[in-house]
Amino acid sequence: MNQTTATAPDGSGAQLELVDVVKKYPGQSRPAVDGLSLTVPAGQTVMFVGPSGCGKTTSLKMINRLIEPTSGQILIDGEDITGQDATQLRRSIGYVIQGGGLLPHMSVAENIGLVPGLLGWDKARTKGRVEELLEMVGLDPAVYRDRFPRELSGGQQQRVGVARGLAADPPVILMDEPFGAVDPITRQRLQDELMSIQEELQKTIVCVTHDIDEAIKLGDQILILREGAEIAQYGAPEEILAAPADDFVADFIGSGSKLKQLSLLRVGDLPLSQPQTCRVGESVDEVVRRVEAAGERSVVILDAQNRPKEYLFLRSLKRHQTVPVFSHELQTVVDQRSTLSDALDAMLVSSHGGAMVTGGSRGDYLGVISYDTVTEHIRTLQTQTGQIRAVPSAGWEAS
Amino acid sequence: MIEFIDARWADILFRSYQHSSLVIQSLLLATVIAVALAVLVTSCRRLTPVANAVSAVGLTIPSFALLGLLLPIVGIGTVPSVIVVSFYAALPVLRNAVVGLQGVEASLIESARGQGMSGAAVLWRVRLPLAWPVIMTGIRVSAQMAMGVAAIAAYALGPGLGTYIFTGLTQVGGANALNYALVGTLGIIILALILDALLVLLSRFTTSKGIRA
Ligand SMILES: Nc1ncnc2c1ncn2[C@@H]1O[C@H](COP(=O)(O)OP(=O)(O)OP(=O)(O)O)[C@@H](O)[C@H]1O
Ligand SMILES: [Mg+2]
Repeated sequence: MNQTTATAPDGSGAQLELVDVVKKYPGQSRPAVDGLSLTVPAGQTVMFVGPSGCGKTTSLKMINRLIEPTSGQILIDGEDITGQDATQLRRSIGYVIQGGGLLPHMSVAENIGLVPGLLGWDKARTKGRVEELLEMVGLDPAVYRDRFPRELSGGQQQRVGVARGLAADPPVILMDEPFGAVDPITRQRLQDELMSIQEELQKTIVCVTHDIDEAIKLGDQILILREGAEIAQYGAPEEILAAPADDFVADFIGSGSKLKQLSLLRVGDLPLSQPQTCRVGESVDEVVRRVEAAGERSVVILDAQNRPKEYLFLRSLKRHQTVPVFSHELQTVVDQRSTLSDALDAMLVSSHGGAMVTGGSRGDYLGVISYDTVTEHIRTLQTQTGQIRAVPSAGWEAS
Repeated sequence: MIEFIDARWADILFRSYQHSSLVIQSLLLATVIAVALAVLVTSCRRLTPVANAVSAVGLTIPSFALLGLLLPIVGIGTVPSVIVVSFYAALPVLRNAVVGLQGVEASLIESARGQGMSGAAVLWRVRLPLAWPVIMTGIRVSAQMAMGVAAIAAYALGPGLGTYIFTGLTQVGGANALNYALVGTLGIIILALILDALLVLLSRFTTSKGIRA
């Protein structure tokens, strides 16, 4: 499944189509979803955003029929799902919710293996799949397989939730505020991981979020809804930022939309600097000599797997004989697919004015992105009037 | 007293066995019925207050009265004993099972359904396992109560240690009256303690490590 062909890769996304879908809850005068029509191309990620109570969750749950539509059609790969057996249908649609929604009495492996089990996979195949998925979401199977949800951090639970949603390789995955319950740094990591997973798998993902920055970052398309799930605007993030359809959309994406362009730019799009590096276990004297010879005062420490472990000033390193092992979580590392605004966040906690950049599924070290590079880039963006079109809205003036 | 026990050793053991057997069988029956009722009741929201009322009021019916009501219907012997003991044992289990099943978060059930679990799978693999520790607590309470009620049921000539207590009471002032009553009572207390310990073990082994307190 690692090979991707020029045409749609195996087990990849399916086209999703909503035709005039209505949901009216009993006792309500206005439908919660009032005639939503929408096409999501196969393999794309569409982000649902909108004010609270506008019908995002309701729309999402109608796709896996946790909520039955009052009327309308929902088509997956051209097939109407409203007449299908709901339980069977749900086994072919991934479902990821806020906090993970893991079953507390089942181990991590049992949670992830739930849908394969329901589909009647044999034990060996399910086990292999569980291992593969744990690796994919960055959890060591040997450590986490037999843990119970309460023995995981919130971020880890969420990772397992994502793995469970992917388990049976469904063409369509639904996510309802998947990263709403974790802290900002973990959220950014999870977003990066989801992006690299999606890059490989090309699923059709429908994701509800409250966070417009998350929508800009993750979405191929963004659907902005107002009350009654009425479409305010549907389009690519660049389009929506450049030309909000009306004041509602402009207000919604907020006054910082020029800065929000930073959420569209990836760290990998900018040149990285290459400060001196050293390996865990090297002799400190040697490292100091080498770094000072290069005229620098700090050094990036890599482990045997070429992953960044620390970014240290020489004076802190000189306390040791050999380069020590660092095991703490680094906050100053970003993936090359991270957005520039994520990178700026990481730089804020760095004492070097830069963040270490990694790439690939194993987090190989690539270089350092510096604050100066980013600000320089923003300045050139501002002078290139073609890149950012002026938008006539109240929000825009304020920035 | 020691002489008394010595002389009736085999009989005491046999009656203890009968007593435990009555309690355990009634407890099993009660658990099955109560959990089934609780599942029914929690699936239909309007029935829940009814279940709570029944289990609260039911416990206030004196067991002698219930026994008296049953005797003309089912006659004397083991059957009325089993019915009476099961009736009382079912009430705490029912109450706890309702509470336990209601305690399972709706969002969790929805998440399970969203993965493609059928209604039956959600019941067996999600709702019951999650409610199980609470149900087990109810079973332990029931077990203690059943031990006592089973003693009273002996009045209906049911089996067990209760007969000793009644013999003791009817012979007040007689040579062995105190011995009969004491041995009957102490025997039941010991059995109750053993059963409770066994249930604690059972609860440990049947509750997932992920939700154990
Ligand atoms: N089960 C229900 N019964 C009746 N009304 C409901 C039900 N669920 C949702 N609603 C109503 O439908 C509307 C849309 O709800 P929905 O949960 O889809 O909103 P949302 O966009 O997901 O909001 P949020 O961002 O707060 O999660 C709301 O007005 C809500 O009150
Ligand atoms: Mg919602």
